[in-house]
Amino acid sequence: MNRFEWAEATTVAEAVSQLNGRSVIKAGGVDLLDRLKEGLDAPERLVNIRNLKGLDRIRDDAKTGLALGPLVTLAQLDADPTVRRRYTALADAAGHAATPQIRNMATLGGNLLQRPRCWYFRSAQFHCRKKGGERCFAIEGENQYHAIFDNKLCAIVHPSATAAALVALGARLELTGAKKRREVLLEEFFLTPEQDIRRENSIGADELITGIRVPAPAANSRSAYIKQGEKESFDWPIAEVAVMLEREGARVTRASVILGAAAPIPFRAREAEAALVGRVVNEETARAAAEAAMRNATPLSENGYKVPLFETVVRRTILTAAR
Amino acid sequence: MSTQVQAKRRKKRRAGKATTASSKTAKASANAGPASAPTGDAPVPKAATEQARAAKAAKGNEAKPTRKEMMPSGIFGAIMTEVERNIPLDEPPPLPVNAKLSVIGKRTPRIDGHLKVTGAARYTSDVRLPGMLYARLITSPHPHARIRLIDTTQAERHPSVRAVHVLDRVLGNAELRDKSKELPGKYPIVRFAGQPVAAIAATSQVEADEAARLVRVDYEVLPFVVNLEEARKPDAPLVFPGPADQAATAGGGGGPAGVPQKGNVRGPVKGGPQGRARGDVQKGFDEADVVSEGEFRTQVQTHSALETHGVVADWRSDELVVYSSTQGTSSVRDELAEIFKLPKSKVRVVTEFMGGGFGAKFGAGNYGVLAAHLSKKAKAPVRLMLDRKDEHLSVGNRPDSVQRLKIGAKRDGTLTAIHLQVYGTAGTGTGAGTGGPAQNMYACPNILTEESDVFTHSGPAAAFRAPGHPQGCFALEQLIDELAERLQLDPLALRDKIDESPARREERRIGAERVNWANRHAPGADRGAIKRGLGVAQSVWYRLINLDSSCEVRVTRDGSIELLSGVQDIGGGIRTALAQVVAEEFGLRPSAITIRIGDTSFPGGPASGGSMTTGSITPVARNAAYNVKKQMLEQIAPQFNATAEQLEMRDGAIFMRGATGGHASESRASTRKLLSFKQAAARLKTEQIAARSSRSDDYGGFAFKNEAAAFGFGIGIYGGVQFAEVAVDTETGVIKVERVVAVHDCGRPVNPLAVESQINGGVIQGISYALYENRLLDRNTGLMVNPNLEQYKIVGSRETPRIEAVLIEEYVGRNSTDAGGIGEPATIPTVAAIANAFYNATGVRLYEMPMTPARVLAALGRAAKMKGGLS
Repeated sequence: MNRFEWAEATTVAEAVSQLNGRSVIKAGGVDLLDRLKEGLDAPERLVNIRNLKGLDRIRDDAKTGLALGPLVTLAQLDADPTVRRRYTALADAAGHAATPQIRNMATLGGNLLQRPRCWYFRSAQFHCRKKGGERCFAIEGENQYHAIFDNKLCAIVHPSATAAALVALGARLELTGAKKRREVLLEEFFLTPEQDIRRENSIGADELITGIRVPAPAANSRSAYIKQGEKESFDWPIAEVAVMLEREGARVTRASVILGAAAPIPFRAREAEAALVGRVVNEETARAAAEAAMRNATPLSENGYKVPLFETVVRRTILTAAR
Repeated sequence: MSTQVQAKRRKKRRAGKATTASSKTAKASANAGPASAPTGDAPVPKAATEQARAAKAAKGNEAKPTRKEMMPSGIFGAIMTEVERNIPLDEPPPLPVNAKLSVIGKRTPRIDGHLKVTGAARYTSDVRLPGMLYARLITSPHPHARIRLIDTTQAERHPSVRAVHVLDRVLGNAELRDKSKELPGKYPIVRFAGQPVAAIAATSQVEADEAARLVRVDYEVLPFVVNLEEARKPDAPLVFPGPADQAATAGGGGGPAGVPQKGNVRGPVKGGPQGRARGDVQKGFDEADVVSEGEFRTQVQTHSALETHGVVADWRSDELVVYSSTQGTSSVRDELAEIFKLPKSKVRVVTEFMGGGFGAKFGAGNYGVLAAHLSKKAKAPVRLMLDRKDEHLSVGNRPDSVQRLKIGAKRDGTLTAIHLQVYGTAGTGTGAGTGGPAQNMYACPNILTEESDVFTHSGPAAAFRAPGHPQGCFALEQLIDELAERLQLDPLALRDKIDESPARREERRIGAERVNWANRHAPGADRGAIKRGLGVAQSVWYRLINLDSSCEVRVTRDGSIELLSGVQDIGGGIRTALAQVVAEEFGLRPSAITIRIGDTSFPGGPASGGSMTTGSITPVARNAAYNVKKQMLEQIAPQFNATAEQLEMRDGAIFMRGATGGHASESRASTRKLLSFKQAAARLKTEQIAARSSRSDDYGGFAFKNEAAAFGFGIGIYGGVQFAEVAVDTETGVIKVERVVAVHDCGRPVNPLAVESQINGGVIQGISYALYENRLLDRNTGLMVNPNLEQYKIVGSRETPRIEAVLIEEYVGRNSTDAGGIGEPATIPTVAAIANAFYNATGVRLYEMPMTPARVLAALGRAAKMKGGLS
């Protein structure tokens, strides 16, 4: 870890004004500390936003939906009864991440912006494409936990569980920069390796996430999220799925099926969504949708097991959302 | 099974106790091969004199005057009898069974528990000395390299740096038999990524880390091989350019010398229950009605103790004091004394508390040697604790294995042949054999094990909780189950037929009742995605005794009692067991006894390994306590016109014994209280009285004794039977262990609470090994991709099942406490029990660990759906 300055921000404007490419934002500090310790990041200054007022609130409005501050912790999301009732996928995604101790510290903004957990990326010993090198070590190497979609250039999986849930729920981000404020659909915020291999999203160097908004759920809609790890305690998913279903009567009118731990970004399984729309959800249609989700998977040497695994988790999540 | 059998088998184990990687020790380990069961403490006799020594050992205590006494013998609650033994005159009368005692055998909370939970207990990593410096290791980033140059000038210019030291010799790796086969160089050849090269000491950890980055090392990178199968190929890069041996070291690992080596493959060493093959396996297979065979694979597991390896070394003008996270204070002292050419009396090693070792913490270690050098140079104490990455890479692991096992049997179940061929890599070390269970578990006239070490460019193995045995059981116990199925026998019925251990027979009976074995369903009988199953597997381990076990017990006039011994608590709770044994003798509570251990300035204690601590040191504690008590009673008795023999101590007081005599508990009614223990102590003639004892031979001797190493293999074995219930999600491949019933024996349990705790730990570590832990080396770079506790996956609270530890009391009448060990037996059968339960759940066998979703889905035939393969 290098030596750095510590700056305590008291307002968003003050925090943003300090961002100059040699500073980094520190909120929960969970992911940042890992990166600092490994020397992946060596910022001159840490700008602590943890104590900014008013950014840790959860507000829900029947019409406009859910407004979340970026400093809301995963533990808060897990415990909030409204989030759990109306935005179930988000509550379950937050509640199954990491460990209770980490969930108490980890913020939603930080969770969305965390860097990938790929073991090659995380080790200073591997100068991979993501760090400006010329190889993806995973593609030819130890890739059992890597991507089964969109893995030709860089085989990371996006690490954020809440991202999968929020994309399924149609969330938008509010980003505040030194000069302007903008809103972006979360799904469009993430970048594939082909778009920009050095980063996973399009946040500007001087921008801060200042809000996360989730539209109010449609009348007859339900969401669900299932994480499958090798272990339950303190493990990353080997498959995770967030599903949002809107129905008229028993038939699905709109479906979102988002896969985490599958691709470098939260991955929308369009084939699965198409297989659901217009149908009544049952064991058979859920299975068909799950198989459709995996139709175009391109597993690597060690992660072929993820295909049948995802089929199971997609099917189970669809059935859970339709319950 | 005859115990001579085990003893002889043991002759091929590499030594370790109180010895170092010196030429002296290399000589001592003069034969045989990839040790099946290196415990870090098993000394190595010479084959030539083995018979004579065994015969001599069998007599036991022959030089001492003895008396004959009857001792309890058998399994309490099942088959109990008495056995006559010759007991040295200076040792106490035999203890009755636990039910008749007041402290021993009672569930006793740890006397140091409050210190641990409040954080007051001082572990090595907590040691802070005035003026202490902090050190950082500099390690090789390459798996195979020649160091051309090391430039430390920049680092030395750093204002906070106080010393830099470059290693001129690496401990832990095997070494070339013929050094001339390799070009001489200024620095040791790098043979694995993470190999220590140098260390630096600075005034803070941050600055030490910073300065370490300023050390320039110029590597000539060489070809490497990290994969077992690749390393076996004739054209594989060589780890050693000629035959290499790992001298028995205090640091663990290692194996016998002189084994044939071709390329990276060292072996095979042929073995069996007699130290050599028994009978003729080919003939045995010819006679068999049924032959089962299979190939079983296990992965590399790292010890991953909570406290990493480390020391605080304080090189003073008059002595070297080292606070070390070690399971062998004596062996660390001896190794440092030899390396630094100091008298042992000028090296003091202290281990007040330690956060786990599992076999990897016997020696001084490269880090310990470096810290001592740095302290000597800087003239200040130096703290060097490894970080988690170094811990995974450079201080030991459990070797992997590819085991081809074949078993033949008659139609009635009688075994006719067992043949095991195993290859495993202990990295740059040796000792990957897994033959122990195949050699020693079941009665069979023809047994052959062929064990080969395969060198790879990866960190050297070290002894790890029952070396070779969990792996060996993974193969043996699955194949025994398969054999039972083919013979249409219940797995327990087959074991009743072929297993001669009375303890395991009783343990099978108890366990079967607990888990309702009779109602076990047929393999794969559950409908639906989640399938449940029940499996069983057995343990075999050895009654190892370290005769270099001493202690002193003191009584002072204020009535306080102290015990002093160099023995350290690896975490099993030996402090409490010692307090119980002494308290029982004085008729006091354990909390009344002060236990001072983990310091080589006390009488020497045994290393905590091989499940031998309790069996080695508790008899010594009782004998010393008995002798001080005798002194005390001899001083008190005349004041009551009595003889010492007429007095007894119990319930905190001194009593006049009635006419009947015998043990205190049997004669209570007819005794009369004279004065309290405190009052009696106040009447002592001197401020303090004390007695010192050292471990005597077991009553009736040992199956085998190594005089030179002061080491005995007791007569008889430890058993242990575990039953596992699992739920398999056949659609995700996730195995969940729901319940484990673990029925074990450890001689006389001194503290059942602590024994159960060790069983819990053994089961949990076994589950972790079976399902999750896996040291993964990148195939293209040879670097470990998961050197942390995030992606090196270890069982957590949610994966911990209901564990029911059941203890039987087995009395063998071999020493004054008759206590034994449990650490290793408790983890040996867990992986195999889970594997057998998986088969019962699904009707499919898993031949490879860890049993991950990837492997489960492949085994269940869902691999057909996979577009990618599996390695």
